[in-house]
Amino acid sequence: MVEKVNLKIDHLSVSVDAGATILEAARKVNVRIPTLCHHEDLCVAGNCRVCVVEQVGVDRLQPSCAIPVSEGMEILTNSMKVRNARKQIIELLISEHRAECTTCYKNGKCELQTLSNEYIVGESGFLPLVPLKGYTIDEFSPSIIKDDSKCIRCQRCVRTCDQIQSIGALTVAHKGGEMKISTFFDKPIYEVVCTNCGQCVNRCPTGALTEKTYINEVWNAIDNSDKYVVVQTAPAVRIALGEALDMDPGEIVTGKMVAALRRLGFNAVLDTDWSADLTIIEEGNELLQRLKRVLKDKESDVKIPMTTSCSPGWIKFIEHTFPDFLEHLSTAKSPQQMFGALAKTFYANKIGVDPSDMVSVSVMPCTAKKFEANRPEMRASGYQDVDFVVTTRELAMMVKQAGIDFKSLPDDDYDSIMGESTGAGVIFGATGGVMEAALRTVYEVVTGREVPFDGLNILPVRGMEEVREASLKIENPLPEWDFLDGVEVKTCVAHGLSNAKKVMEKVKNGEADYHFIEIMACPGGCLGGGGQPLPTSPEIRKKRAEAIYREDAGKKIRKSHENPEIIQIYEEFLVEPLGHKSHELLHTTYTPRNRY
Amino acid sequence: MKKGLKRLDLIFKNEHDSAAILEKSLNRSNAELIEDLISSGLKGRGGAGFPTGLKWKLTADANGQEKYVICNADEGEPGTFKDREILSSVPHKVLTGMAVCGRIIGSQKGFIYLRGEYKFLIPKLQKAIDEFHELADSLSFPFRVEIFLGCGAYICGEESALFESMEGHRGEPRNKPPFPTDSGYRNGPTVINNVETLAHTYSIFKYGPEKFRDLGVKDSRGSKVFSVSGDTPIPGIYELEFGMTLQKFVDDFGDGDAKAVQVGGAAGFCVPRKKFDKTVIGYKGKLTGISLPTGGSMMIFNSSRSMYNVLHNYLDFFVEESCGQCTPCRVGTQQLLLGIEAVKRGDKSSQYLEKLLELAETMRVTAKCGLGQSVANSFSSIVENFREEMIY
Repeated sequence: MVEKVNLKIDHLSVSVDAGATILEAARKVNVRIPTLCHHEDLCVAGNCRVCVVEQVGVDRLQPSCAIPVSEGMEILTNSMKVRNARKQIIELLISEHRAECTTCYKNGKCELQTLSNEYIVGESGFLPLVPLKGYTIDEFSPSIIKDDSKCIRCQRCVRTCDQIQSIGALTVAHKGGEMKISTFFDKPIYEVVCTNCGQCVNRCPTGALTEKTYINEVWNAIDNSDKYVVVQTAPAVRIALGEALDMDPGEIVTGKMVAALRRLGFNAVLDTDWSADLTIIEEGNELLQRLKRVLKDKESDVKIPMTTSCSPGWIKFIEHTFPDFLEHLSTAKSPQQMFGALAKTFYANKIGVDPSDMVSVSVMPCTAKKFEANRPEMRASGYQDVDFVVTTRELAMMVKQAGIDFKSLPDDDYDSIMGESTGAGVIFGATGGVMEAALRTVYEVVTGREVPFDGLNILPVRGMEEVREASLKIENPLPEWDFLDGVEVKTCVAHGLSNAKKVMEKVKNGEADYHFIEIMACPGGCLGGGGQPLPTSPEIRKKRAEAIYREDAGKKIRKSHENPEIIQIYEEFLVEPLGHKSHELLHTTYTPRNRY
Repeated sequence: MKKGLKRLDLIFKNEHDSAAILEKSLNRSNAELIEDLISSGLKGRGGAGFPTGLKWKLTADANGQEKYVICNADEGEPGTFKDREILSSVPHKVLTGMAVCGRIIGSQKGFIYLRGEYKFLIPKLQKAIDEFHELADSLSFPFRVEIFLGCGAYICGEESALFESMEGHRGEPRNKPPFPTDSGYRNGPTVINNVETLAHTYSIFKYGPEKFRDLGVKDSRGSKVFSVSGDTPIPGIYELEFGMTLQKFVDDFGDGDAKAVQVGGAAGFCVPRKKFDKTVIGYKGKLTGISLPTGGSMMIFNSSRSMYNVLHNYLDFFVEESCGQCTPCRVGTQQLLLGIEAVKRGDKSSQYLEKLLELAETMRVTAKCGLGQSVANSFSSIVENFREEMIY
């Protein structure tokens, strides 16, 4: 049993577990202490000092986020001493921050702005430091913009990059007045080990780190009557978009989102879930081929475990960090890029549009997708397969700009073809989802029977544990797969790149006997992606995951290979999985990259 | 000068009894050794004044697989240069103190964190360490000391930033608690002491606690090595007794025209002439008048000096040497510097000094470590005592 500690916060008695911080104790009695550098996903920093409180009998103020409670402690969160100090600290932060609030991308969502709103009432503060610093804005990356003039050095991004992602692309450089958040030799983000995952963007309290926005480019395309604009929506967008439009986390807004996209003026509203189903067919067959070549044909140059390839943050991570292990990656493109390649070939042909007149837009929960769309390999159609990627957040801004009352929209359906999807496609948005979707199909291909889990719900691969292992024994396979009889197919699921690193270290050291590994760059999978609505927390991600599985459970078809539009595209166009057309359009190659 | 303050010769006395002290200490109980230290009244000579015996006891009582003894030789406080001299002339005293500490807390691993600028000391110091290792081995106490060379950041003299630096990280102070006695270097219980503190333990273990306790005054026992600089005809290093008034100090060391003394370096306090006789050099205690602790830096300014320039110089130093981690220190130091410049230029009214004094107080109560907390010491004492020099 955990020892209890009794203390008083603003004269209210509270009893909390030993080891809890003053901040946690205060929240228990609904006393709100403002914070900036604190974040639920990250270790304690105690940097910003906004959360200081007075401990009766102690001269210096205490950072409530960092100080553990002790028996009999008396805390004042709103004494004159605290108010004066807190106000001055916020004034100091404002003095080193380029406060161009009205034109800032984070206007209305900036945590410093909120504090300023509460504490600074029309007084002149300190001298502005920004003009003295000669800041530049790093906007070379197709994914992320870094503006040091808005940085308040809370180091949330540094901790995110290090602890959640184990990358360290963003670090602290210099000291004192020159101290700043920097990269290796202060190179642009585009040139360093950054994976574009955008987890830093999700946690930056100000406008110092933002996604690069393509809203104007998309509006221009829509307004150009010569262009046929198709849009695809990723699985995790439909369960989070509502949050950015005054709805609660975990609300499913698929139908409203489709209706909104149509009102925005897209010519065709299609679904990345459909190409997620397609990914399962290609990647699942690739897995089976690899297993056959390793287990039956005893080919030594075929690599297992095979790892998933749909998370572009993960792809860039492995290219930088484990460049000798690229052959473990499935060659299957991500659903976004499969969609893009087919939109400007198969789909354009089907509807009679010249692909040069087609603009392909995707709505993604992800900032790394912006980079992925710009990769040189992603031009299989002869054009850039996906022209513009906007995040869930950007779509919400477009909905607002268009004056759409989102909540009152009637539900609408996707266009066809490339709009029909299954529950398997939907769960791509959650960690473990690709694995579950793949197993639903692969097991059935091999045995002719459904996976032996109640209601197709493969619970062992679900959840938020950092690394999850599960195995599935193959018994009585169809004759073609008899070499798999009795084989325990071993799988591993990891989310967040620090966990991916742990798994890959095992692979590297020959300690992993997995056949198939699913890795998602972001905590929780795409639902916790770097392009999702703010804020993010373990609880919000849990609600989004529940919504994803609700959406899956509500689907009539829940296995990718039963998607009628997938069956149709193989009949009409692709012919067979891993066939000639697939190789041309749906598979890709990878590039080893530098370690810095 | 003969009638002036008594000069002492404890620290630098040429004596070589490491073997005897170590042998004796190895045969005594922890309780006895700690009792000697506590009753001597020795407090940390780095400036903060934490009772040394208590620090060692807490670390001895702490749970931890690996414990460490660290000598803080990152002597970076402006105006301090005594540790350099101690390490040059009596390194064996420091090493002996470290080894006895190791014996008490259960550690055979010691480090000397040497200021980067003191790199030139290494050959001699390493020789002393090698000789000491032989001595320790001969007594079957294989205590080892390694030199860790800093890279020149002032903040790394702050104990938890020093640990970070030794671990290969950025020199940034940690949140406290936990304190080093529980979790220091590599999260092991760690004793970290100033060079001079360790050298004093040599004398205490040699002569017993009484001789040390007889020196100084209540709450501030023993002698102290001072680094005297500025407007003095006799700059240098002097070992004096605690408890002297600043007036007596200035009578001995000043040039006859002293208008202020900065006690404790840039992080210390500035005392104007009118308060010389009310100010006692020693740790905070129940003394009459004002008592000021010091890590040893005593800078004397005569009437030709502009206190604005003095303060400007200190603030410049802090702006550069703040680690930049916490808001009050990183931004506060810049604002204080820009602020006094703006007042001097006339861009801000003298009223702005009040806002800056408030800021200094905010820094004192909210900064993460001693650096940011102590900027207010020099800032407020100079601005309050020499306000007219800030404005005109």
